[in-house]
Amino acid sequence: MATASAAHHDTAHDHHDHEHHDNFITKYIFSQDHKMIGKQFLVTGIFWALIGGFLSVLFRLQLGFPDLSLEFLRPLLGGWIDEAGKLDPTFYLALVTMHGTIMVFFVLTAGLSGTFSNFLIPLQIGARDMASGFMNMLSYWFFFISGVIMFISLFIKTGPAGGGWVIYPPLSALEQAIPGSGLGMTLWLVAMVFFIASSLMGGINYITTIINLRTKGMSFSRLPLTIWAFFLTAVIGLLSFPVLFGAALLLVFDRSFGTSFYLSDIYVAGEALPNTGGSPVLFQHLFWFLGHPEVYIVLLPALGITSEVIATNSRKPIFGYKAMIISMLGITILSFIVWAHHMFVSGMNPFLGSIFMFLTLIIAVPSAVKVFNYLTTLWRGNLVFTPAMLFSIGLVSFFISGGLTGIFLGNSAIDIQLHDTYFVVAHFHLVMGSASFFGMVAGVYHWFPKMFGRMMDAKLGYVHFWLTFTGVYLVFFPMHYIGIAGFPRRYYSWTNFSFTDLYTDLNMFVSAAAIITFAAQFIFLFNFFYSMFRGRKATLNPWRSNTLEWTTPLEPGHGNWPGEIPAVYRWPYDYSKPGAAEDFIPQTVPLSQTPESNLPHEQEMVKLELEIMKEEAEVLVANESKH
Amino acid sequence: MYGFLIGVGVLLVLSIVWMVYRIQTLVSVVKGSDKKIASGSNKVNAILFILFLLGTGILMFWYSIKEFDNYQLPIASEHGVITDSLFWITMAVTGVVFLITHILLFIFPYKYQYKEDRKATFYPDNNKLEIIWTAVPAVVLAGLVISGWVAWSDITAPAPEKAHVVEIMGYQFAWEIRYPGKDNVLGDYDYRLITASNSHGVDFTDKNALDDFPSPKVVIPKGEPVLFKIRARDVLHSVFAPHMRLKMDAVPGMPTRFWFVPTKTTEEMRAELNDPEFEYEIACTEICGRGHFGMRRVIEVVEPEAYQKWYAEQKTFIQQNPALAEGLSTEVKELAEIQLRESNK
Repeated sequence: MATASAAHHDTAHDHHDHEHHDNFITKYIFSQDHKMIGKQFLVTGIFWALIGGFLSVLFRLQLGFPDLSLEFLRPLLGGWIDEAGKLDPTFYLALVTMHGTIMVFFVLTAGLSGTFSNFLIPLQIGARDMASGFMNMLSYWFFFISGVIMFISLFIKTGPAGGGWVIYPPLSALEQAIPGSGLGMTLWLVAMVFFIASSLMGGINYITTIINLRTKGMSFSRLPLTIWAFFLTAVIGLLSFPVLFGAALLLVFDRSFGTSFYLSDIYVAGEALPNTGGSPVLFQHLFWFLGHPEVYIVLLPALGITSEVIATNSRKPIFGYKAMIISMLGITILSFIVWAHHMFVSGMNPFLGSIFMFLTLIIAVPSAVKVFNYLTTLWRGNLVFTPAMLFSIGLVSFFISGGLTGIFLGNSAIDIQLHDTYFVVAHFHLVMGSASFFGMVAGVYHWFPKMFGRMMDAKLGYVHFWLTFTGVYLVFFPMHYIGIAGFPRRYYSWTNFSFTDLYTDLNMFVSAAAIITFAAQFIFLFNFFYSMFRGRKATLNPWRSNTLEWTTPLEPGHGNWPGEIPAVYRWPYDYSKPGAAEDFIPQTVPLSQTPESNLPHEQEMVKLELEIMKEEAEVLVANESKH
Repeated sequence: MYGFLIGVGVLLVLSIVWMVYRIQTLVSVVKGSDKKIASGSNKVNAILFILFLLGTGILMFWYSIKEFDNYQLPIASEHGVITDSLFWITMAVTGVVFLITHILLFIFPYKYQYKEDRKATFYPDNNKLEIIWTAVPAVVLAGLVISGWVAWSDITAPAPEKAHVVEIMGYQFAWEIRYPGKDNVLGDYDYRLITASNSHGVDFTDKNALDDFPSPKVVIPKGEPVLFKIRARDVLHSVFAPHMRLKMDAVPGMPTRFWFVPTKTTEEMRAELNDPEFEYEIACTEICGRGHFGMRRVIEVVEPEAYQKWYAEQKTFIQQNPALAEGLSTEVKELAEIQLRESNK
């Protein structure tokens, strides 16, 4: 790769001539550079993660310490703390709702996909930028507007939306039923419309870029698994988000224009409403048609990042590259036909329940394959524990723990008891929330040197990992017991029922663990922002990785590579190849340069490769003479 | 004053953390450990994985065994025995997988931690292995699904004809109970008929409604099938009777149902748990607004004889409030009056 960049040094000069000079606004704000847009998504995602995490601390205070006076929060929450110093029960529901909305959409969808799809796709496939830089910029700014609207909704008098992040009507449609369904819900819906537009623009860009802008030699069978994951994620998003848009639109009609898509036979606040013939279950079907794929929209990118990080730091090829792709394809397809497992006891036809139970448990198979492949990748590796590697191993652990409880919940007979209890809360916080969050953090630690040209402090990373990993388990593992005991979700207090009038100690423990885990994230924040300016200068390829992004300059400018885009000659996982001198061979090294480590079938390809390279060289010379 | 002291304390702690951080950074620069591929921390992390495995493993087993009686709710319905056994079979299967995968996941980091003189094994794929670990989970899951499907089909099958009908209606924020009376047929209802005195919206022009009666709690007989007819008046609710292993959403505009056979009377359960205060409870498990956490109703399971007696003693809506019969057609009104006379005897 050193020879490659040397060869292109002279062409680099005329590239500099073309480069336009950015001012502050075009570089940092209305940037069309995919790297800057990725960073914008990341910083915005971190901001929202703090808000979302802080909201969860507020309601954990209520759940863990119900007798505590929250008077000290009055300066912040004002009227939501009543005279007795207690949290208002309506506001509690709003907290739960906004925590879910923010974490699922703003942090784990936009913060994760938005950051890493934008940042990594062009760098890892060898493209100058996204297919449409302008649309990419719009994608971020639509997300930003969406965030501003959602943020404003936190401060209005009637409070933000409070009907749960799933916003089931009629509750979300009737202002009389809960104050949050007034202006708060309107703002929620408007924000989501912007959000959906943002993710569609992003998704179209990701798909187009991956299909059209791969560099020479970067066939689909040589794509890093990260790119495969981002690609399939974008496909899922493109197919499912419009359905959420449709569901939201019909809800807007019901709320504001007197239609009855979801409303029927309602008597509320001393008045019988005129709506008849609508079905609340229809909304649930539409919502979960996005809602379930959404789980994989947040999870697949995290799994992709993990595949890359684990392979690199195990110094081993990812085990079963093809099986990993096939299982991701399987998950992508199956994710669209399992949605009704969220609705076993919604009153829908039990026969549908049977069908969805079968389909749901099929999706466990590709997930299991992925876990086994990760384990085999670690087996007989030479493991380097960078913070990214630790978080990736943590992700695999959460993916197992949370995935296995999915087998209970996917079984409709068992789900009767567990549905909407804390067992579900434990399940999805592990498998979707924490796993994806760990994937995101692993990605930040791993690609920080590429983003900012500096290293994050590893020791702080270790402390951050161990506090967070232990903390997450201490928060969510006890919830399984609470859930098996039958504690329902979204309860403000447990003392009204004798079957839930226990485990005050365990809830206190969970709350304490949650607060400590939240506090531990400030170690990361410090590390992130401090290292951005004062961290140690990174080397070009600090993790000795094979993928293309590490062949760019330390701080790649607009266009990523100063000269020609390097061509690709092999898959990205040639780690510890027998015969090779180093334990990694970057994708840009031709097979003809590594006869000592080529496998028999690769040796056969050498001749073909040499022919192609010769032709290319001729074309290159011809182009040079034109200049 | 306290605030000031806490502030100073926090500042002190932060500055100490800061100094430790700077010192360790400088030390690592002096040692040149940042140039190495894997520093001494690599070993520490590898050992921590083992400690984590042991620590959390012991904690989990200890707590799961110690707390078993607390989180395992006693079962009081026939299908509950089946779903609970499915639950524990699934727990056993997934538990084994959970343990094996986690032992491997945390032992591999220790065993294969970075050594300069070793090279990782180049092992990119093995189709046989992939097929095995696709097929085995598929077979195991198929077993779990089929047993779950059999149970689910039985539970959701139509209720036996002789089932005792109880109507449960959810509203913000309580449940209303209605029994069909002697004819065991619930009268019609219409949400537009709801008034302060007719909170169920019962349509008293329907003859079947005349003997319907309300109840402050759900009373059901032991050992006989009971059918809950579930509906909602305003927003979604969900009937959850944890001891019965019963849950079904209450949907405005779409009545739902759930039938089951209670197996233990309240008295028997009190004796078994040695808790004279024990009551079966209904809670709401679908977010429905401010009072979601307080929608409690008591279920009282009694012997069939006691149930018959209690059933016969109940006063119908019309007996409790004769005004409800006003404005009815003469034919229905006569029936209502006969009923009123009977109750006055």
